[in-house]
Amino acid sequence: MTTTVAAKPATMAQALTRALRDAMADDPAVHVLGEDVGTLGGVFRITDGLAAEFGEDRCADTPLAEAGILGAAVGMAMYGLRPVVEMQFDAFAYPAFEQLASHVAKMRNRTRGALPLPLTIRIPYGGGIGGVEHHSDSSEAYYMATPGLHVVTPATVADAYGLLRAAIASDDPVVFLEPKRLYWSKDAWNPERPSPVEPIGRAVVRRSGRSATLLTYGPSVAVCMEAAEAARAEGWDLEVVDLRSLVPFDDETVCASVRRTGRAVVVHEAHAFGGPGGEIAARVTERCFHHLEAPVLRVAGFDVPYPPPMLERHHLPGVDRILDAVGRLQWEAES
Amino acid sequence: MTVMEQRGAYRPTPPPAWQPRTDPAPLLPDAEPHRVLGTDAAAGADPALLLRLHAELVKGRRYNAQATALTKQGRLAVYPSSTGQEACEIAAALVLGERDWLFPSYRDTLAVIARGVDPVEALTLLRGDWHTGYDPREHRVAPLSTPLATQLPHAVGLAHAARLQGDDVVALAMVGDGGTSEGDFHEALNFAAVWQAPVVFLVQNNGFAISVPLAKQTAAPSLAHKAVGYGMPGRLVDGNDAVAVHEVLADAVRHARAGGGPTLVEALTYRVDAHTNADDATRYRGDEEVETWRRHDPIALLEEELTRRGLLTEDAVRTAREDAETMAADLRARMNEDARLDPMDLFAHVYAEPTPHLREQRDLLRAELAAEAEAVEAAQAAETTETAVITEGPR
Repeated sequence: MTTTVAAKPATMAQALTRALRDAMADDPAVHVLGEDVGTLGGVFRITDGLAAEFGEDRCADTPLAEAGILGAAVGMAMYGLRPVVEMQFDAFAYPAFEQLASHVAKMRNRTRGALPLPLTIRIPYGGGIGGVEHHSDSSEAYYMATPGLHVVTPATVADAYGLLRAAIASDDPVVFLEPKRLYWSKDAWNPERPSPVEPIGRAVVRRSGRSATLLTYGPSVAVCMEAAEAARAEGWDLEVVDLRSLVPFDDETVCASVRRTGRAVVVHEAHAFGGPGGEIAARVTERCFHHLEAPVLRVAGFDVPYPPPMLERHHLPGVDRILDAVGRLQWEAES
Repeated sequence: MTVMEQRGAYRPTPPPAWQPRTDPAPLLPDAEPHRVLGTDAAAGADPALLLRLHAELVKGRRYNAQATALTKQGRLAVYPSSTGQEACEIAAALVLGERDWLFPSYRDTLAVIARGVDPVEALTLLRGDWHTGYDPREHRVAPLSTPLATQLPHAVGLAHAARLQGDDVVALAMVGDGGTSEGDFHEALNFAAVWQAPVVFLVQNNGFAISVPLAKQTAAPSLAHKAVGYGMPGRLVDGNDAVAVHEVLADAVRHARAGGGPTLVEALTYRVDAHTNADDATRYRGDEEVETWRRHDPIALLEEELTRRGLLTEDAVRTAREDAETMAADLRARMNEDARLDPMDLFAHVYAEPTPHLREQRDLLRAELAAEAEAVEAAQAAETTETAVITEGPR
């Protein structure tokens, strides 16, 4: 007989911290490094308490240099460690891009598997927190376009734990995108009995529906759930698929949903042009063409540099813009 | 006690007492590059080392010549020769212990093979049948790095990881004068000094970054002086004096292994050949300059000392030359065999397990290859029939 321990509300930030802590406790090869991750516990406090518990060698404050942090992590991984690096903000990760594109993503391949790089790159991303310039980018398309990387992003407290554990356990480099506006979101989650480690590469249906599918991830999942509730008033029963993993992409779950509903809208904060939505819409169209009642639409951030905080609400996909898109899915053909 | 604690935390004193944290004087490189050959100190050099260096340098020069010849025969896509820089290449490999790591740049094939990597496997990148042809873990040699200076932070991270695990492993990272302008050079040196990582940075200042001379690359008093800004010692050495380079690098490796932290070594040398076989050096430098450096040739410098000591016997010369020729003949023979290629390798190592969409693309390529093979077979069959007709011919 199992005892049910009541799950209390916990934040995504707490689940992430717990995932790092458990990974470090389970495997001495796991090392955390980055700017302010030691004494301070990170600017978002995700590494809070790790330096105290595991020592500053295991959770190390580094000089302020992202290419150096990631480059050093590559060397550490070459020596058998399992580094987890923190990039302080999305746009501050760009200096590390050369290391990421030329070495992290390619090392296993260029050495025919002799030098795998089991490292995790945590990047707080996305907007909606009133951040000033360079603090709100959705940079996932760059990482998706770089073969050799896995790219995952949680939308729930449980997934934050399960996916981060999976990322750290992976023998491939994983870009782990943390939706920073969800850091303080709460869910019933029991830190004494953490959620299972989720396999990387599986999408999940967050809400079942029959009318159309919203394909989304990270910070936009909650917005889509809200839109789905609001859509009931319009008579639409929307399905919401949380992709969770952009690379590998779960065509199976996505296509199963779209074949069921016949309509799809991709929703994300990143730019539409050259963004993840284009790839997703193409994949769905290629695979589900005869099941589609309407073109796959995209609701995304505008193709402008991320706006100043006082204007960001116009940029971010909101409930109304999502419902407008759902309304354009050629329903007239139904009647 | 953690490594970070051993280092002693930096506590700033309040103004107006701001001052340099450490005395920069001991970190400064000497005004003149360190030299042994042709000086009184040469008498102290170990004869076995002199002979070893000589044999390896002769072999290295032969390798450069053979590899350059292979580009002309279409057997190598490109080859960046290190002729004139053999002293640095060989010394860098010889000062390392078995468990130490070498982090080469693309011009450092000689160091890579001097470390024990198969000469053919070391050329995989430049032949173009794959990117890295050897297992880096087997010889503790990182892949040849083409993006400049990006391998330096790897050396720092690896050395740091080894130290955290209590292993006395040293990493030696090689970079050129042009590479010192890259951001990764700065970040790597800074990390190494802050972490006191057991790393030796060897800058081969060969005068040119492709065509751009050092004067357009830096305004520093010398590249070795850059060390001082990071809080590590800078050493300047005559890069064509194999004994001096060996001595300075061996010192730096010992220093690092003993927990003394990183060293930046600038070796003054010269790239006698063009940047690669595809480059035309006459567009940016004169013959006279090249001739001046040819008179300061690393092999000739060693041979002068060996002759003076009566060590350059006919036997020694012949053995060195024969070894080099054997290596070159083997290289030639093996490089003249067509590379064995398997297109399916494209998908084999991108991830530990191919992703579903890579599996789809792999199937696509497999189908293309099958169709190609079928077409070839059909064409051959047609040809056989045609030949049969011709052979039978009209009676």
